[in-house]
Amino acid sequence: MAEPPLRPRRRFRQPSVIPGFGITFGYTLTCLGIIVLLPLAALVARASGLGLWGIWAVATDPRVASALRVSFGVSLLAALTASVFGFLIAWVLTRYRFPGRKIVDAVVDLPFALPTAVAGIALASLYAPNGLVGEQLAKLGIEAAYTPVGIYIAMVFIGLPFAVRTVQPLIEEIDKEIEEASATLGADRWHTLIKVVVPPLIPAVLTGFALAFARGVGEYGSIIFIAGNLPYVSEIAPLLIVIKLSEFDYGGACAIATIMLGISFVTLLAINLIQAWSRRRFGYV
Amino acid sequence: MSSALATTRPPARAGSVVTEGLAVRALLIGIAVVFLALFLVLPLVTVFIQAFAKGWSAYLAAFSETDARSAIRLTLLTAAIAVPFNLVFGVMASWAIAKFEFRGKNLLVTLIDLPFSVSPVVSGLIYVLVFGAQGFLGPWLLAHDIQIIFAVPGIVLATIFVTFPFVARQLIPLMQEQGTAEEEAALTLGASGWHAFRTVTLPNIRWGLLYSVLLCNARAMGEFGAVSVVSGHIRGLTNTLPLHVEILYNEYNFVASFAVASLLAGLALVTLLVKSLLEWRFSAEIAAGARGH
Amino acid sequence: MGPSTAIRVEGLSKTFDTAAVLHDLSLDVRAGELLALLGPSGSGKTTLLRIIAGLDFPDRGRIIFGADDATRVPVQERAVGFVFQHYALFKHMSVAENIAYGLNARKRADRPAKAEIKRRVGDLLDLIKLSGFADRYPSQLSGGQRQRIALARALAVEPRVLLLDEPFGALDAQVRKDLRRWLREIHDRTGQTTIFVTHDQDEALELSDRVAVLSKGRLEQIGTPDEVQENPVSSTVLKFLGDTIEVEAIAQGSEVRVNGRLTPVKAPPGLVGPVKLYARPWQLQFAEPDQAHLEGHVRSSYRSQGRQRIEVDRSEGKTVVVEASDTHRLAAGRKVGLTINAGYVFKD
Repeated sequence: MAEPPLRPRRRFRQPSVIPGFGITFGYTLTCLGIIVLLPLAALVARASGLGLWGIWAVATDPRVASALRVSFGVSLLAALTASVFGFLIAWVLTRYRFPGRKIVDAVVDLPFALPTAVAGIALASLYAPNGLVGEQLAKLGIEAAYTPVGIYIAMVFIGLPFAVRTVQPLIEEIDKEIEEASATLGADRWHTLIKVVVPPLIPAVLTGFALAFARGVGEYGSIIFIAGNLPYVSEIAPLLIVIKLSEFDYGGACAIATIMLGISFVTLLAINLIQAWSRRRFGYV
Repeated sequence: MSSALATTRPPARAGSVVTEGLAVRALLIGIAVVFLALFLVLPLVTVFIQAFAKGWSAYLAAFSETDARSAIRLTLLTAAIAVPFNLVFGVMASWAIAKFEFRGKNLLVTLIDLPFSVSPVVSGLIYVLVFGAQGFLGPWLLAHDIQIIFAVPGIVLATIFVTFPFVARQLIPLMQEQGTAEEEAALTLGASGWHAFRTVTLPNIRWGLLYSVLLCNARAMGEFGAVSVVSGHIRGLTNTLPLHVEILYNEYNFVASFAVASLLAGLALVTLLVKSLLEWRFSAEIAAGARGH
Repeated sequence: MGPSTAIRVEGLSKTFDTAAVLHDLSLDVRAGELLALLGPSGSGKTTLLRIIAGLDFPDRGRIIFGADDATRVPVQERAVGFVFQHYALFKHMSVAENIAYGLNARKRADRPAKAEIKRRVGDLLDLIKLSGFADRYPSQLSGGQRQRIALARALAVEPRVLLLDEPFGALDAQVRKDLRRWLREIHDRTGQTTIFVTHDQDEALELSDRVAVLSKGRLEQIGTPDEVQENPVSSTVLKFLGDTIEVEAIAQGSEVRVNGRLTPVKAPPGLVGPVKLYARPWQLQFAEPDQAHLEGHVRSSYRSQGRQRIEVDRSEGKTVVVEASDTHRLAAGRKVGLTINAGYVFKD
């Protein structure tokens, strides 16, 4: 074999007979750059102008700190609620047959389709002290509107579809044979669910949780009407950005935005790690 | 297609070893339905109840206002620009990503997805930072008398940003799943790339495409946070429908506010209906993209 | 080869990322022949086929169609008919539309008239014996029918060469057999130069005029089915073409000895010292242990299609399968001897 060893080449792109890579790839990058990357770079540039200390100073301002606490804290609770009920709803929708199932399934997507402002005013009027639900809650001594409870309700509303839709396809794909196998090996139904069915679904539940959480933290439209927006009590971080902007305090707005962006990147990273782990462990996302 | 689907979902048999007891099932279904009714359906119903609280004439009066009409016009205009833009972008991006192997592909997909994980308010803010009076391009724009922020171009840009990933992320998994064999077959039969795209690729993705355009449109017409930041709330000029809802609500003009909101809710219902019909009818052709929105 | 060479593959090399899939591979395809590219998965046979079609690109080497260098000719202009393993039929088009696709894709000036296209589609449907199926859709057809439509679609453009990638790979056993015979008939009728890829040696040997055996990106051997079976050039070819028994042996001159006993097998010139002797299951015979080349104990036996197959645990430890027409049953555990009646000798 006198043939010279082939130089192992690392190409940018595998050659392909399919045409159109240059133009579609170029167009994609151009749009992405102009619409997404440049404006985001503007934010990063502004924030780096403030410096780490500048951002820290804004973050520790009592009003800002309180808003961040409300946004993150309530969103965490809401995402948890959405995950628990989301799992239950996904299970019911995939495993049980009952009249109206398809309609219930379609209803889950309502928060995706309903504009946030519409959801916002609807929730506000429902949970106001004289509203349909607010009145009943008031009898129980719960004030929903204009308190963090209202924020929580709005966040559950918008987070729920994420929790349902990330788990649902995986429940659909569960091979019934593994449950039958578990049953033939003598496990009762409860044992089968806990030991066999649920563990492979955990990554999806975590992903749904993270998505609901991220969405809750950033949410604006459906919250501001019900929240009452009392500083230090029920003021959320996105609203504070709007307030800072209307006061032409661009620095302050950028600092809060950067913190929020940082958190959503961490969340995004967490989702990717969960999915990478899930691929390794279970062979699917 | 539908029969193939039916076989993958065997009906839960009574007394089967792979389901729960009847009582447990009934309980779980009950919880799910009540939860959804309380949290999701009730707010939707409220919109219509409040809108018609003072009867038809009060309802219709909300739309006779010129501000309401200009808000409708602006919302339609915004969607008419943002949706086609993202449609073309989505098709181009998914062609490049799904049909070719190149390095850095995952990064590219993540970047396209980015607008989904950015708060709407921040989405508006970044455009203010670029085009606003104090923004990077602000002085230059001012000198040339071009207004983007607090004007229609800013609203359109912010809307394009928040709906940017819709079409692409629906089509990428769908096209990836379909692979390249059919396009290759068309090419070996002498078809040009464009001919192959039109006659083979496009028919294969049409329902997924329609589906994603529908969702993209719903979001474009309903976007509130991002648009609110860049709009400046100038009545009759830079108010979209969701912003108009807010203004009326804050003025305690509840009937008019809910009336306008009912228009958007109606849009959402139509979207959901068509979406569900597409899913039931063409689930195989859109399924790949449906995993996790 | 002269004028009868339809396609010449010259010094083809190809790597994917860092893994080489083709090494300096050369091959001639004769006009009108039915050539099988046979090899295990990963041998590069599909890549070779795709490069000939113009669907993949070589790092080095040339593809020559007749007298023309086609290496840089785009796939649309190569005039190949490619049949994909999973058919790649256009789901949204009827059978007739699928078959007419290549004709309709032509520029207006070259496109046959509508009536002419319809006639051609009808002829092809007759050829593949699916005349009544013009208006059906691919999802309404069985796998075998889909594959026949895919073949008709490829033939419709009157290709210079027909290329089939594992054409029967996705079909069940009975349909495979029918389609094999049918493909051979079509080939005999049309005289179309045809190359098909398969990993199934029976399929290659039954169907083709010549077989090219590929292994690890190299051409091991090319010849008629009889040639490759009777004179395999390497143990790789031999092993790939069927079950073999592998025995340590010593070559001296042309004589080959196993366990000190002379065998009837002749060693090729130049091969001396420790070698490997390979035999097919039917090239062994039972004998008294003290007169045999090998000895061992019967482990089990079973009958299949009129032959008896006996597994023997050799004293050296390996298990071999012997095929015999003897009808007497050998009890498990019985000590037996085996003589080698014929075989092949290679260095490795």
